[in-house]
Amino acid sequence: MLTRRIIPCLDVRDGRVVKGKKFTDIVDVDDPETLGAFYSEAGADELVFYDITASSEARKISLEFIEKVATRINIPFCVGGGVKTLEDFTEILRKGADKVSINSSAVKTPDLITEASLKFGAQCVVLSMDVKKTQEGQWRVFINGGRIDTGLDALEWAVKGVELGAGELVINSIDADGMKEGYDIPLLKAITDRVGVPVIASGGAGKMADFSEAVLKADVDGVLAASVFHYREIEISTLKADMKRKGIQVRI
Amino acid sequence: MKVIVDYGLGNLKSLQTALEGQGIETLISKDPGVILEAEVIFLPGVGAFRDAITSLAADGLDEVVREKSRAGAYVVGICLGMQLLYDRSYENGVYEGLGLIPGEIVKLREMPKIPHMGWNDLTVAREDPLTRYLTTGDYVYFVHSYYARSGGEEIVAWTGYGEKIPAIVRRGNTIGFQFHPEKSGAVGAALLKALGEMIS
Repeated sequence: MLTRRIIPCLDVRDGRVVKGKKFTDIVDVDDPETLGAFYSEAGADELVFYDITASSEARKISLEFIEKVATRINIPFCVGGGVKTLEDFTEILRKGADKVSINSSAVKTPDLITEASLKFGAQCVVLSMDVKKTQEGQWRVFINGGRIDTGLDALEWAVKGVELGAGELVINSIDADGMKEGYDIPLLKAITDRVGVPVIASGGAGKMADFSEAVLKADVDGVLAASVFHYREIEISTLKADMKRKGIQVRI
Repeated sequence: MKVIVDYGLGNLKSLQTALEGQGIETLISKDPGVILEAEVIFLPGVGAFRDAITSLAADGLDEVVREKSRAGAYVVGICLGMQLLYDRSYENGVYEGLGLIPGEIVKLREMPKIPHMGWNDLTVAREDPLTRYLTTGDYVYFVHSYYARSGGEEIVAWTGYGEKIPAIVRRGNTIGFQFHPEKSGAVGAALLKALGEMIS
């Protein structure tokens, strides 16, 4: 049986791993290949690196971490952050990443999803969405690190993204991110009910039960988290044993 | 000499690094002259069947691979590379493959989620030097939307995703992995080790 995936997420800036709380108060943790190798050994099923380097000039240098990661680990990994063009896709995949995630640029240029999907295959194209609930109770897509409300309905955008060619969705709840009070189950459930591609939960994991809850209640294919892994609050092997006890298929 | 055929699709470095980790030294090349000298030919692959087979044929590599296979060289296909080994594919049209293994490449249909992406377990179907370090239940990493439908004689190990999906296949000196051994952690490394012992 296909297993549910445990995915540590590493935010990279200027070639170093950082973790933001609600996208601010950034703290330095470690270098990407060392943390990547650590997680690969620890039983992570996949890794995600988001490059949050501000300027595109600095990004070019920052992205050199991809080659180092590719030679150190033998599990799949995805790279995102600042991806705007097909050339960005080509460069990241050439450096050894297995998937590329797009976020703001997909909203601004939806054709990019289709073009990348046709060129590299849907499995390479991960649509990442930052979602926040408005006061009227609508789930909205935000871009530019959660700063700009696009006005797009998150559920509609998820369906549209898959139609355009995205092979996987990463749903990051801005409301839940960094709060460590669990994933946004209603949001995730609403999305897994509507799409036929893998959905990865992101934002809000604080304790082991949160991971199982996202799988059991929202039927997500993977669960992504950062700080609980970086600060060793949760060990992946212990987490997987816990999920297995709850009847969830995991790779042990 | 062992060659990874570069037909312009995706990153070959991960595969080369993983092989090197098991003592399998390879060259990356698309030069027919170089590939004609190889005793082991790796066909990697991500992307679409049509692009891959067209690109191979454009350089005359499809004939080179067939000729080498007839002469006894090992041909090892990985993911899309494995699908190329079969007679034909129905991915967005009908395209002839290398015809080294009887069978066809057809779309996965039975499951709600396509592609079949993630870690799935293998069931060993028959003893083979390739499975020396493999145990039924071991997990490997899959990413694909099409699979090989055949008589099944070539199946060494399979996985389940709605139906039986050939995962490791072998017909004489023709070998295929539907998953990515180079991305399959320790299990993948052990499979490449077994492969290395077989082809060295």
